Amino acid sequence: MSLYVDVRKKYKGFELETAFSSEQGTLALLGASGSGKSMTLKCIAGLISPDEGVIKLDGRVLFDSAAKVDLRPQERGVGYLFQSYALFPNMTVRQNIAIAHRGDVAGRNAEVDALLARYEIEGLADRYPVQLSGGEQQRAALARIFAYRPQALLLDEPFSALDAFLRENMQAELKRIIRDYGGSVVLVTHSRDEAYRLADDLVILDGGRPAAAGSIREVFSKPGNVRAARITGCKNISAIERTGERSFYAKDWGVELRTAETVLDEHAFAGIRAHDFMAADGGAMGAGGSPNVFAIERLDEIDGPFEKDVIFKAAGGTGRMWWIVGRDADVSGVGALGVAPEAIMLLEG
Amino acid sequence: MDITPVLLSLKTASVAILFTFVIGTVLAYQVCRMKNEHSKAVLDALLTLPLVLPPTVAGFFLLYLFGVNRPLGAFLAELGIKLVFNWEATVLAAVVISLPLMYRSARAAFEQVDPVYLEAARTIGLSERKIATKILIPLSAPGLTSGTILSFSRALGEFGATIMIAGNIAGVSRTMPLAIYSAVMGGREEEAYGYIIILVLVSFLFVWSLNVFTEARWGRYRLRTRR
Repeated sequence: MSLYVDVRKKYKGFELETAFSSEQGTLALLGASGSGKSMTLKCIAGLISPDEGVIKLDGRVLFDSAAKVDLRPQERGVGYLFQSYALFPNMTVRQNIAIAHRGDVAGRNAEVDALLARYEIEGLADRYPVQLSGGEQQRAALARIFAYRPQALLLDEPFSALDAFLRENMQAELKRIIRDYGGSVVLVTHSRDEAYRLADDLVILDGGRPAAAGSIREVFSKPGNVRAARITGCKNISAIERTGERSFYAKDWGVELRTAETVLDEHAFAGIRAHDFMAADGGAMGAGGSPNVFAIERLDEIDGPFEKDVIFKAAGGTGRMWWIVGRDADVSGVGALGVAPEAIMLLEG
Repeated sequence: MDITPVLLSLKTASVAILFTFVIGTVLAYQVCRMKNEHSKAVLDALLTLPLVLPPTVAGFFLLYLFGVNRPLGAFLAELGIKLVFNWEATVLAAVVISLPLMYRSARAAFEQVDPVYLEAARTIGLSERKIATKILIPLSAPGLTSGTILSFSRALGEFGATIMIAGNIAGVSRTMPLAIYSAVMGGREEEAYGYIIILVLVSFLFVWSLNVFTEARWGRYRLRTRR
Protein backbone atom coordinates (compact mmCIF):
# COMPACT_ATOMS: atom_id res chain seq x y z
CA MET A 1 0.00 0.00 0.00
CA SER A 2 1.52 3.26 -1.01
CA LEU A 3 0.36 6.69 -2.06
CA TYR A 4 2.48 9.26 -3.82
CA VAL A 5 1.22 12.78 -4.48
CA ASP A 6 3.06 15.66 -6.10
CA VAL A 7 0.66 18.19 -7.62
CA ARG A 8 0.28 21.84 -8.54
CA LYS A 9 -3.02 23.54 -9.25
CA LYS A 10 -4.09 27.14 -9.68
CA TYR A 11 -7.74 27.75 -9.00
CA LYS A 12 -9.59 31.04 -8.52
CA GLY A 13 -6.58 32.89 -7.18
CA PHE A 14 -5.54 29.99 -4.95
CA GLU A 15 -2.36 28.08 -5.59
CA LEU A 16 -1.90 24.53 -4.40
CA GLU A 17 1.56 23.06 -4.51
CA THR A 18 1.98 19.98 -2.44
CA ALA A 19 4.04 16.80 -2.38
CA PHE A 20 3.98 13.91 0.04
CA SER A 21 3.97 10.16 0.12
CA SER A 22 2.75 7.53 2.50
CA GLU A 23 3.98 3.96 2.58
CA GLN A 24 1.35 2.46 4.82
CA GLY A 25 -1.19 3.30 7.43
CA THR A 26 -3.05 6.54 7.82
CA LEU A 27 -1.86 9.91 6.64
CA ALA A 28 -3.49 13.06 7.99
CA LEU A 29 -3.57 16.34 6.09
CA LEU A 30 -3.93 18.99 8.76
CA GLY A 31 -4.63 22.62 8.04
CA ALA A 32 -7.00 25.51 8.52
CA SER A 33 -9.90 26.02 6.12
CA GLY A 34 -8.54 27.34 2.85
CA SER A 35 -5.22 25.54 3.28
CA GLY A 36 -5.89 23.33 0.25
CA LYS A 37 -6.35 20.07 2.12
CA SER A 38 -9.78 19.19 0.69
CA MET A 39 -8.57 20.22 -2.75
CA THR A 40 -5.65 17.80 -2.43
CA LEU A 41 -8.07 15.03 -1.52
CA LYS A 42 -10.25 15.83 -4.54
CA CYS A 43 -7.17 15.70 -6.76
CA ILE A 44 -6.44 12.18 -5.50
CA ALA A 45 -10.04 11.11 -6.13
CA GLY A 46 -10.03 12.66 -9.61
CA LEU A 47 -12.80 15.12 -8.83
CA ILE A 48 -10.40 17.99 -9.58
CA SER A 49 -7.65 17.78 -12.20
CA PRO A 50 -4.32 19.26 -11.12
CA ASP A 51 -2.52 21.52 -13.61
CA GLU A 52 0.56 19.37 -13.38
CA GLY A 53 2.13 16.66 -11.28
CA VAL A 54 1.91 12.97 -10.51
CA ILE A 55 -0.43 10.90 -8.33
CA LYS A 56 0.30 7.21 -7.81
CA LEU A 57 -1.56 4.66 -5.74
CA ASP A 58 0.03 1.26 -5.09
CA GLY A 59 2.30 1.81 -8.07
CA ARG A 60 -0.67 2.58 -10.34
CA VAL A 61 -0.51 5.98 -12.03
CA LEU A 62 -3.77 7.85 -11.44
CA PHE A 63 -2.54 11.15 -12.79
CA ASP A 64 0.59 12.17 -14.64
CA SER A 65 0.55 15.46 -16.52
CA ALA A 66 3.75 14.68 -18.42
CA ALA A 67 2.42 11.34 -19.67
CA LYS A 68 -1.08 12.81 -20.15
CA VAL A 69 -2.65 10.30 -17.78
CA ASP A 70 -5.75 11.48 -15.95
CA LEU A 71 -7.97 8.59 -14.90
CA ARG A 72 -11.64 9.37 -14.42
CA PRO A 73 -12.81 9.12 -10.80
CA GLN A 74 -14.68 5.95 -11.80
CA GLU A 75 -11.40 4.28 -12.77
CA ARG A 76 -9.41 5.20 -9.69
CA GLY A 77 -10.89 2.78 -7.19
CA VAL A 78 -10.66 5.31 -4.40
CA GLY A 79 -13.32 5.54 -1.69
CA TYR A 80 -14.25 9.05 -0.60
CA LEU A 81 -16.10 9.85 2.60
CA PHE A 82 -17.62 13.29 2.10
CA GLN A 83 -18.06 15.83 4.86
CA SER A 84 -21.83 15.66 4.44
CA TYR A 85 -21.64 11.88 3.70
CA ALA A 86 -23.48 12.47 0.39
CA LEU A 87 -25.87 9.54 0.70
CA PHE A 88 -28.24 9.69 -2.27
CA PRO A 89 -31.44 11.16 -0.81
CA ASN A 90 -33.67 9.35 -3.31
CA MET A 91 -32.50 5.92 -2.24
CA THR A 92 -32.89 3.89 0.92
CA VAL A 93 -29.82 2.91 2.90
CA ARG A 94 -29.89 -0.54 1.30
CA GLN A 95 -30.14 0.93 -2.21
CA ASN A 96 -27.33 3.35 -1.45
CA ILE A 97 -25.06 0.46 -0.53
CA ALA A 98 -26.22 -1.89 -3.29
CA ILE A 99 -25.58 0.62 -6.08
CA ALA A 100 -21.92 0.90 -5.04
CA HIS A 101 -21.40 -2.86 -4.92
CA ARG A 102 -18.60 -4.05 -7.11
CA GLY A 103 -18.14 -7.67 -7.94
CA ASP A 104 -20.38 -10.63 -8.54
CA VAL A 105 -24.04 -9.61 -8.86
CA ALA A 106 -25.16 -12.98 -7.50
CA GLY A 107 -23.49 -12.26 -4.18
CA ARG A 108 -24.73 -8.70 -3.96
CA ASN A 109 -27.64 -9.13 -1.58
CA ALA A 110 -25.66 -11.23 0.85
CA GLU A 111 -22.78 -8.76 0.84
CA VAL A 112 -25.07 -5.80 1.34
CA ASP A 113 -26.64 -7.63 4.29
CA ALA A 114 -23.21 -8.34 5.71
CA LEU A 115 -22.24 -4.67 5.42
CA LEU A 116 -25.49 -3.56 7.03
CA ALA A 117 -24.75 -5.90 9.92
CA ARG A 118 -21.13 -4.87 10.22
CA TYR A 119 -22.03 -1.19 10.50
CA GLU A 120 -24.99 -1.96 12.77
CA ILE A 121 -27.56 -0.38 10.48
CA GLU A 122 -29.69 -3.45 9.64
CA GLY A 123 -32.67 -1.81 11.26
CA LEU A 124 -32.29 1.26 9.07
CA ALA A 125 -31.92 -0.57 5.74
CA ASP A 126 -35.23 0.66 4.34
CA ARG A 127 -35.02 4.21 5.63
CA TYR A 128 -34.07 7.24 3.60
CA PRO A 129 -30.96 9.25 4.53
CA VAL A 130 -33.05 12.18 5.73
CA GLN A 131 -34.47 9.91 8.44
CA LEU A 132 -31.03 9.05 9.85
CA SER A 133 -28.94 10.81 12.48
CA GLY A 134 -25.48 12.10 11.62
CA GLY A 135 -23.73 9.07 13.09
CA GLU A 136 -26.03 6.65 11.29
CA GLN A 137 -25.45 8.50 8.02
CA GLN A 138 -21.72 8.20 8.52
CA ARG A 139 -21.95 4.46 9.10
CA ALA A 140 -24.16 4.05 6.03
CA ALA A 141 -21.71 6.10 3.96
CA LEU A 142 -18.82 3.93 5.14
CA ALA A 143 -20.78 0.78 4.29
CA ARG A 144 -21.40 2.20 0.83
CA ILE A 145 -17.70 2.93 0.35
CA PHE A 146 -16.67 -0.57 1.41
CA ALA A 147 -19.27 -2.11 -0.89
CA TYR A 148 -17.15 -0.58 -3.64
CA ARG A 149 -13.96 -2.29 -2.30
CA PRO A 150 -11.72 0.76 -2.58
CA GLN A 151 -7.95 0.54 -2.84
CA ALA A 152 -7.55 3.67 -0.76
CA LEU A 153 -9.85 5.51 1.59
CA LEU A 154 -10.13 9.29 1.61
CA LEU A 155 -11.82 10.88 4.61
CA ASP A 156 -12.81 14.54 4.27
CA GLU A 157 -13.43 16.07 7.71
CA PRO A 158 -15.31 12.94 8.77
CA PHE A 159 -16.54 14.33 12.07
CA SER A 160 -17.37 17.92 11.23
CA ALA A 161 -21.08 17.17 10.78
CA LEU A 162 -21.37 15.41 14.15
CA ASP A 163 -21.99 16.90 17.57
CA ALA A 164 -19.27 16.65 20.18
CA PHE A 165 -20.64 13.62 22.01
CA LEU A 166 -21.05 11.54 18.87
CA ARG A 167 -17.73 12.71 17.52
CA GLU A 168 -15.74 10.95 20.21
CA ASN A 169 -17.66 7.70 19.79
CA MET A 170 -17.22 7.80 16.04
CA GLN A 171 -13.51 8.52 16.36
CA ALA A 172 -13.02 5.30 18.27
CA GLU A 173 -15.19 3.45 15.78
CA LEU A 174 -13.40 4.88 12.77
CA LYS A 175 -10.05 4.00 14.30
CA ARG A 176 -11.19 0.39 14.47
CA ILE A 177 -12.58 0.50 10.92
CA ILE A 178 -9.31 1.88 9.57
CA ARG A 179 -7.34 -0.83 11.35
CA ASP A 180 -9.56 -3.57 9.90
CA TYR A 181 -9.37 -2.02 6.44
CA GLY A 182 -5.61 -2.21 6.09
CA GLY A 183 -5.32 -0.06 2.94
CA SER A 184 -3.96 3.46 2.52
CA VAL A 185 -6.06 6.04 4.31
CA VAL A 186 -5.84 9.80 3.91
CA LEU A 187 -7.63 11.89 6.50
CA VAL A 188 -8.28 15.58 5.97
CA THR A 189 -8.97 17.54 9.12
CA HIS A 190 -8.57 20.90 10.76
CA SER A 191 -8.47 19.26 14.19
CA ARG A 192 -5.06 18.36 15.56
CA ASP A 193 -6.79 16.03 18.04
CA GLU A 194 -8.39 14.00 15.27
CA ALA A 195 -5.14 13.90 13.33
CA TYR A 196 -3.18 12.77 16.35
CA ARG A 197 -5.69 10.11 17.34
CA LEU A 198 -6.24 8.57 13.93
CA ALA A 199 -3.09 9.04 11.88
CA ASP A 200 0.42 7.63 11.77
CA ASP A 201 1.87 10.26 9.46
CA LEU A 202 1.11 13.93 9.19
CA VAL A 203 1.39 16.62 6.53
CA ILE A 204 0.59 20.14 7.64
CA LEU A 205 -0.76 22.33 4.86
CA ASP A 206 -0.75 26.09 5.05
CA GLY A 207 -1.80 28.37 2.20
CA GLY A 208 -1.64 25.53 -0.31
CA ARG A 209 1.88 24.42 0.62
CA PRO A 210 3.20 21.82 3.04
CA ALA A 211 4.53 23.46 6.21
CA ALA A 212 5.76 20.24 7.81
CA ALA A 213 5.67 16.51 7.22
CA GLY A 214 6.73 13.39 9.05
CA SER A 215 5.49 10.87 11.56
CA ILE A 216 2.82 12.34 13.75
CA ARG A 217 4.86 12.30 16.98
CA GLU A 218 7.85 13.81 15.25
CA VAL A 219 5.86 16.70 13.78
CA PHE A 220 4.10 17.44 17.05
CA SER A 221 7.32 17.44 19.08
CA LYS A 222 9.43 19.22 16.45
CA PRO A 223 7.19 21.23 14.12
CA GLY A 224 10.26 23.08 12.83
CA ASN A 225 8.60 26.35 11.85
CA VAL A 226 6.13 28.87 13.21
CA ARG A 227 3.23 27.95 10.90
CA ALA A 228 3.45 24.26 11.72
CA ALA A 229 3.80 25.01 15.43
CA ARG A 230 0.64 27.15 15.40
CA ILE A 231 -1.35 24.54 13.49
CA THR A 232 -0.29 21.77 15.89
CA GLY A 233 -1.67 23.95 18.67
CA CYS A 234 1.38 25.67 20.13
CA LYS A 235 0.00 28.71 21.95
CA ASN A 236 3.26 30.37 23.01
CA ILE A 237 5.57 31.60 20.25
CA SER A 238 8.18 34.32 20.56
CA ALA A 239 10.85 35.86 18.37
CA ILE A 240 14.28 35.00 19.79
CA GLU A 241 17.85 36.19 19.81
CA ARG A 242 20.62 33.60 20.15
CA THR A 243 22.71 34.15 23.27
CA GLY A 244 24.72 30.93 23.34
CA GLU A 245 25.02 27.50 21.80
CA ARG A 246 22.04 26.27 23.78
CA SER A 247 20.35 29.43 24.98
CA PHE A 248 18.38 32.35 23.65
CA TYR A 249 16.62 35.49 24.75
CA ALA A 250 12.89 35.51 23.97
CA LYS A 251 12.09 39.03 22.85
CA ASP A 252 8.34 38.86 23.35
CA TRP A 253 8.46 37.12 26.71
CA GLY A 254 11.45 39.00 28.13
CA VAL A 255 13.22 35.90 29.50
CA GLU A 256 16.37 34.00 28.70
CA LEU A 257 15.92 30.26 28.29
CA ARG A 258 18.14 27.23 27.84
CA THR A 259 17.45 24.56 25.26
CA ALA A 260 18.37 20.93 24.78
CA GLU A 261 18.83 21.51 21.06
CA THR A 262 21.55 23.65 19.52
CA VAL A 263 20.26 27.11 18.59
CA LEU A 264 21.03 27.82 14.92
CA ASP A 265 20.99 31.07 12.97
CA GLU A 266 17.79 30.10 11.15
CA HIS A 267 15.96 29.65 14.44
CA ALA A 268 14.27 33.02 14.61
CA PHE A 269 11.47 31.85 16.91
CA ALA A 270 10.82 29.49 19.77
CA GLY A 271 7.62 27.86 20.97
CA ILE A 272 6.46 26.34 24.24
CA ARG A 273 3.28 24.30 24.49
CA ALA A 274 0.87 25.55 27.13
CA HIS A 275 0.89 22.17 28.89
CA ASP A 276 4.67 22.17 29.30
CA PHE A 277 5.03 24.75 32.06
CA MET A 278 5.44 23.61 35.64
CA ALA A 279 4.74 25.61 38.74
CA ALA A 280 7.97 26.46 40.54
CA ASP A 281 8.57 28.17 43.81
CA GLY A 282 10.46 31.42 43.76
CA GLY A 283 13.39 29.92 45.71
CA ALA A 284 14.43 27.77 42.75
CA MET A 285 15.00 30.83 40.63
CA GLY A 286 18.53 31.33 39.47
CA ALA A 287 19.65 28.14 41.19
CA GLY A 288 21.93 26.00 39.09
CA GLY A 289 19.55 23.02 38.79
CA SER A 290 16.55 24.88 37.34
CA PRO A 291 17.72 27.37 34.79
CA ASN A 292 14.42 27.92 33.02
CA VAL A 293 12.45 29.29 35.92
CA PHE A 294 11.11 32.81 35.81
CA ALA A 295 8.82 34.98 37.87
CA ILE A 296 5.39 35.58 36.40
CA GLU A 297 2.45 37.88 36.74
CA ARG A 298 -0.93 36.20 36.34
CA LEU A 299 -3.31 38.21 34.13
CA ASP A 300 -6.41 36.10 33.64
CA GLU A 301 -7.91 32.65 34.11
CA ILE A 302 -10.41 30.86 31.89
CA ASP A 303 -12.13 27.82 33.36
CA GLY A 304 -12.90 24.98 31.01
CA PRO A 305 -14.74 21.78 31.88
CA PHE A 306 -11.56 19.77 32.47
CA GLU A 307 -8.74 22.25 32.22
CA LYS A 308 -7.98 25.79 33.17
CA ASP A 309 -6.18 28.30 30.96
CA VAL A 310 -3.95 30.64 32.91
CA ILE A 311 -2.85 33.71 30.99
CA PHE A 312 0.29 35.33 32.30
CA LYS A 313 3.38 37.30 31.41
CA ALA A 314 6.92 37.02 32.62
CA ALA A 315 7.72 39.58 35.30
CA GLY A 316 10.04 41.54 33.00
CA GLY A 317 8.28 40.90 29.68
CA THR A 318 5.27 42.13 27.76
CA GLY A 319 4.01 39.17 25.67
CA ARG A 320 1.02 37.25 27.00
CA MET A 321 1.55 33.50 27.48
CA TRP A 322 -0.73 30.57 28.11
CA TRP A 323 -0.40 27.87 30.71
CA ILE A 324 -2.90 25.02 30.83
CA VAL A 325 -3.42 23.16 34.11
CA GLY A 326 -5.96 20.71 35.47
CA ARG A 327 -9.31 22.25 36.34
CA ASP A 328 -8.88 21.82 40.08
CA ALA A 329 -5.31 23.07 40.34
CA ASP A 330 -4.92 26.01 42.69
CA VAL A 331 -2.72 28.55 40.94
CA SER A 332 -3.36 31.50 43.21
CA GLY A 333 -0.02 31.12 44.95
CA VAL A 334 2.08 30.48 41.85
CA GLY A 335 4.64 33.22 41.37
CA ALA A 336 7.08 31.44 39.08
CA LEU A 337 6.97 28.89 36.26
CA GLY A 338 9.59 26.56 34.89
CA VAL A 339 9.98 24.80 31.58
CA ALA A 340 12.27 21.86 30.75
CA PRO A 341 14.92 22.62 28.11
CA GLU A 342 13.66 19.57 26.15
CA ALA A 343 10.18 21.10 25.90
CA ILE A 344 11.37 24.19 24.07
CA MET A 345 10.79 23.99 20.32
CA LEU A 346 13.16 25.98 18.13
CA LEU A 347 11.40 27.28 15.03
CA GLU A 348 12.20 28.80 11.70
CA GLY A 349 10.12 31.76 10.57
CA MET B 1 -70.33 24.39 -29.82
CA ASP B 2 -67.99 22.42 -32.07
CA ILE B 3 -65.82 20.16 -29.94
CA THR B 4 -63.20 19.54 -32.66
CA PRO B 5 -60.87 22.45 -31.62
CA VAL B 6 -60.87 21.11 -28.02
CA LEU B 7 -59.80 17.66 -29.16
CA LEU B 8 -57.28 19.13 -31.61
CA SER B 9 -55.74 21.25 -28.88
CA LEU B 10 -55.43 18.33 -26.45
CA LYS B 11 -53.97 16.12 -29.15
CA THR B 12 -51.47 18.79 -30.23
CA ALA B 13 -50.34 19.56 -26.67
CA SER B 14 -50.09 15.86 -25.77
CA VAL B 15 -47.90 15.01 -28.74
CA ALA B 16 -45.89 18.23 -28.40
CA ILE B 17 -45.06 17.58 -24.75
CA LEU B 18 -43.41 14.26 -25.63
CA PHE B 19 -40.99 16.06 -27.94
CA THR B 20 -40.58 19.03 -25.65
CA PHE B 21 -39.80 16.89 -22.61
CA VAL B 22 -37.15 14.80 -24.30
CA ILE B 23 -35.53 17.62 -26.28
CA GLY B 24 -35.68 20.12 -23.40
CA THR B 25 -34.28 17.70 -20.82
CA VAL B 26 -31.46 16.47 -23.05
CA LEU B 27 -30.50 20.02 -24.07
CA ALA B 28 -30.54 21.15 -20.44
CA TYR B 29 -28.29 18.22 -19.47
CA GLN B 30 -25.85 19.00 -22.27
CA VAL B 31 -25.78 22.71 -21.49
CA CYS B 32 -25.14 21.96 -17.79
CA ARG B 33 -22.17 19.82 -18.72
CA MET B 34 -20.65 22.37 -21.11
CA LYS B 35 -17.27 23.60 -19.95
CA ASN B 36 -16.97 26.64 -22.20
CA GLU B 37 -18.85 29.46 -20.49
CA HIS B 38 -19.19 31.55 -23.66
CA SER B 39 -20.77 28.93 -25.88
CA LYS B 40 -22.90 27.95 -22.89
CA ALA B 41 -24.25 31.51 -22.63
CA VAL B 42 -24.91 31.72 -26.38
CA LEU B 43 -26.72 28.39 -26.50
CA ASP B 44 -28.74 29.29 -23.42
CA ALA B 45 -29.81 32.58 -24.99
CA LEU B 46 -30.81 30.87 -28.25
CA LEU B 47 -32.87 28.27 -26.42
CA THR B 48 -34.60 30.93 -24.36
CA LEU B 49 -35.36 33.21 -27.30
CA PRO B 50 -38.75 31.68 -28.22
CA LEU B 51 -39.90 32.56 -24.69
CA VAL B 52 -39.28 36.27 -25.07
CA LEU B 53 -39.88 36.79 -28.78
CA PRO B 54 -43.43 37.43 -29.99
CA PRO B 55 -44.72 33.99 -31.06
CA THR B 56 -45.49 35.51 -34.47
CA VAL B 57 -41.76 36.09 -34.96
CA ALA B 58 -40.99 32.51 -33.97
CA GLY B 59 -43.72 31.41 -36.38
CA PHE B 60 -42.21 33.55 -39.09
CA PHE B 61 -38.84 31.86 -38.65
CA LEU B 62 -40.47 28.45 -38.75
CA LEU B 63 -42.26 29.38 -41.95
CA TYR B 64 -38.99 30.63 -43.34
CA LEU B 65 -37.29 27.30 -42.50
CA PHE B 66 -40.02 24.80 -43.28
CA GLY B 67 -41.92 26.53 -46.08
CA VAL B 68 -42.17 24.15 -49.06
CA ASN B 69 -40.24 26.59 -51.25
CA ARG B 70 -37.33 26.76 -48.78
CA PRO B 71 -34.35 24.38 -48.96
CA LEU B 72 -35.15 22.52 -45.73
CA GLY B 73 -38.88 22.48 -46.40
CA ALA B 74 -38.31 21.27 -49.96
CA PHE B 75 -35.95 18.57 -48.75
CA LEU B 76 -38.48 17.34 -46.18
CA ALA B 77 -41.22 17.46 -48.82
CA GLU B 78 -39.09 15.10 -50.95
CA LEU B 79 -39.19 12.68 -48.01
CA GLY B 80 -42.93 13.11 -47.82
CA ILE B 81 -42.84 15.24 -44.67
CA LYS B 82 -44.82 18.45 -44.66
CA LEU B 83 -44.68 20.75 -41.65
CA VAL B 84 -46.73 23.75 -42.78
CA PHE B 85 -50.48 24.41 -42.82
CA ASN B 86 -51.48 21.05 -41.41
CA TRP B 87 -51.92 19.44 -38.00
CA GLU B 88 -48.22 18.50 -37.73
CA ALA B 89 -47.44 22.21 -38.00
CA THR B 90 -49.48 22.92 -34.86
CA VAL B 91 -47.26 20.39 -33.04
CA LEU B 92 -44.10 22.01 -34.43
CA ALA B 93 -45.27 25.45 -33.26
CA ALA B 94 -46.23 24.12 -29.83
CA VAL B 95 -42.88 22.36 -29.39
CA VAL B 96 -40.82 25.41 -30.32
CA ILE B 97 -42.83 27.76 -28.12
CA SER B 98 -42.99 25.45 -25.09
CA LEU B 99 -39.38 24.27 -25.32
CA PRO B 100 -37.81 27.21 -23.42
CA LEU B 101 -40.04 26.53 -20.40
CA MET B 102 -39.01 22.88 -20.32
CA TYR B 103 -35.37 23.65 -20.98
CA ARG B 104 -35.12 26.35 -18.32
CA SER B 105 -37.00 24.33 -15.70
CA ALA B 106 -34.84 21.27 -16.35
CA ARG B 107 -31.64 23.28 -16.27
CA ALA B 108 -32.60 24.96 -13.00
CA ALA B 109 -33.59 21.57 -11.59
CA PHE B 110 -30.25 20.00 -12.57
CA GLU B 111 -28.28 22.90 -11.20
CA GLN B 112 -29.96 22.82 -7.81
CA VAL B 113 -28.85 19.23 -7.27
CA ASP B 114 -25.91 19.39 -4.88
CA PRO B 115 -22.86 18.41 -6.96
CA VAL B 116 -21.59 16.37 -4.01
CA TYR B 117 -24.06 13.59 -4.94
CA LEU B 118 -22.63 13.42 -8.44
CA GLU B 119 -19.09 13.41 -7.08
CA ALA B 120 -19.98 10.66 -4.64
CA ALA B 121 -21.51 8.65 -7.46
CA ARG B 122 -18.34 8.99 -9.52
CA THR B 123 -16.13 7.86 -6.67
CA ILE B 124 -18.16 4.67 -6.30
CA GLY B 125 -17.70 3.94 -9.97
CA LEU B 126 -21.13 4.74 -11.44
CA SER B 127 -21.11 5.55 -15.16
CA GLU B 128 -22.24 9.01 -16.25
CA ARG B 129 -25.36 7.49 -17.81
CA LYS B 130 -26.23 5.72 -14.58
CA ILE B 131 -25.58 8.89 -12.59
CA ALA B 132 -27.97 10.78 -14.88
CA THR B 133 -30.77 8.21 -14.72
CA LYS B 134 -30.45 7.00 -11.10
CA ILE B 135 -29.43 10.18 -9.32
CA LEU B 136 -29.59 13.41 -11.30
CA ILE B 137 -33.02 12.91 -12.87
CA PRO B 138 -34.71 11.52 -9.72
CA LEU B 139 -33.30 14.39 -7.66
CA SER B 140 -34.52 16.83 -10.32
CA ALA B 141 -37.95 15.25 -10.59
CA PRO B 142 -39.91 18.11 -9.00
CA GLY B 143 -38.35 20.64 -11.39
CA LEU B 144 -38.81 18.35 -14.37
CA THR B 145 -42.44 17.80 -13.45
CA SER B 146 -43.13 21.48 -13.12
CA GLY B 147 -41.38 22.11 -16.44
CA THR B 148 -43.53 19.47 -18.08
CA ILE B 149 -46.75 20.88 -16.73
CA LEU B 150 -45.85 24.46 -17.61
CA SER B 151 -44.82 23.41 -21.10
CA PHE B 152 -48.02 21.43 -21.60
CA SER B 153 -50.14 24.35 -20.49
CA ARG B 154 -48.21 26.70 -22.74
CA ALA B 155 -48.59 24.31 -25.69
CA LEU B 156 -52.31 24.19 -25.04
CA GLY B 157 -52.59 27.95 -25.28
CA GLU B 158 -50.26 28.46 -28.25
CA PHE B 159 -51.66 30.96 -30.80
CA GLY B 160 -49.19 33.24 -32.57
CA ALA B 161 -46.72 30.78 -34.02
CA THR B 162 -49.51 28.34 -34.81
CA ILE B 163 -51.47 30.81 -36.94
CA MET B 164 -48.28 31.73 -38.81
CA ILE B 165 -47.14 28.24 -39.70
CA ALA B 166 -50.24 26.06 -39.41
CA GLY B 167 -52.85 28.54 -40.51
CA ASN B 168 -56.37 28.51 -39.16
CA ILE B 169 -57.91 25.61 -41.04
CA ALA B 170 -61.11 24.34 -39.44
CA GLY B 171 -60.83 20.69 -38.48
CA VAL B 172 -57.13 20.59 -39.30
CA SER B 173 -55.18 23.28 -37.48
CA ARG B 174 -57.87 25.30 -35.72
CA THR B 175 -56.94 24.68 -32.08
CA MET B 176 -58.85 26.24 -29.20
CA PRO B 177 -57.00 29.58 -29.13
CA LEU B 178 -57.56 29.94 -32.89
CA ALA B 179 -61.19 28.95 -32.54
CA ILE B 180 -61.64 31.64 -29.90
CA TYR B 181 -60.08 34.20 -32.24
CA SER B 182 -62.27 33.10 -35.16
CA ALA B 183 -65.41 33.10 -33.01
CA VAL B 184 -64.81 36.62 -31.71
CA MET B 185 -63.89 37.90 -35.18
CA GLY B 186 -67.07 36.35 -36.52
CA GLY B 187 -69.16 37.92 -33.79
CA ARG B 188 -70.02 34.54 -32.20
CA GLU B 189 -69.12 35.48 -28.66
CA GLU B 190 -71.20 32.69 -27.08
CA GLU B 191 -69.04 30.15 -28.85
CA ALA B 192 -65.84 31.92 -27.71
CA TYR B 193 -67.00 31.78 -24.06
CA GLY B 194 -67.24 28.01 -24.23
CA TYR B 195 -63.67 27.59 -25.42
CA ILE B 196 -62.39 30.19 -23.01
CA ILE B 197 -63.97 28.43 -20.04
CA ILE B 198 -62.53 25.08 -21.10
CA LEU B 199 -59.07 26.53 -21.69
CA VAL B 200 -58.98 28.35 -18.36
CA LEU B 201 -60.27 25.30 -16.47
CA VAL B 202 -57.85 22.83 -18.03
CA SER B 203 -54.87 25.15 -17.56
CA PHE B 204 -55.82 25.86 -13.97
CA LEU B 205 -56.23 22.16 -13.26
CA PHE B 206 -52.78 21.36 -14.55
CA VAL B 207 -50.96 24.15 -12.77
CA TRP B 208 -52.83 23.41 -9.54
CA SER B 209 -52.05 19.69 -9.77
CA LEU B 210 -48.39 20.64 -10.06
CA ASN B 211 -48.32 21.90 -6.49
CA VAL B 212 -50.27 19.00 -5.04
CA PHE B 213 -48.32 16.40 -6.96
CA THR B 214 -44.80 17.64 -6.12
CA GLU B 215 -45.64 17.98 -2.44
CA ALA B 216 -47.08 14.49 -2.10
CA ARG B 217 -44.54 12.63 -4.15
CA TRP B 218 -41.25 14.21 -3.16
CA GLY B 219 -41.86 15.73 0.22
CA ARG B 220 -40.38 12.77 2.02
CA TYR B 221 -36.80 13.08 0.87
CA ARG B 222 -36.69 16.61 -0.42
CA LEU B 223 -36.63 18.01 3.10
CA ARG B 224 -32.88 18.24 3.39
CA THR B 225 -31.41 17.37 0.04
CA ARG B 226 -29.40 20.59 0.12
CA ARG B 227 -27.39 21.41 3.15
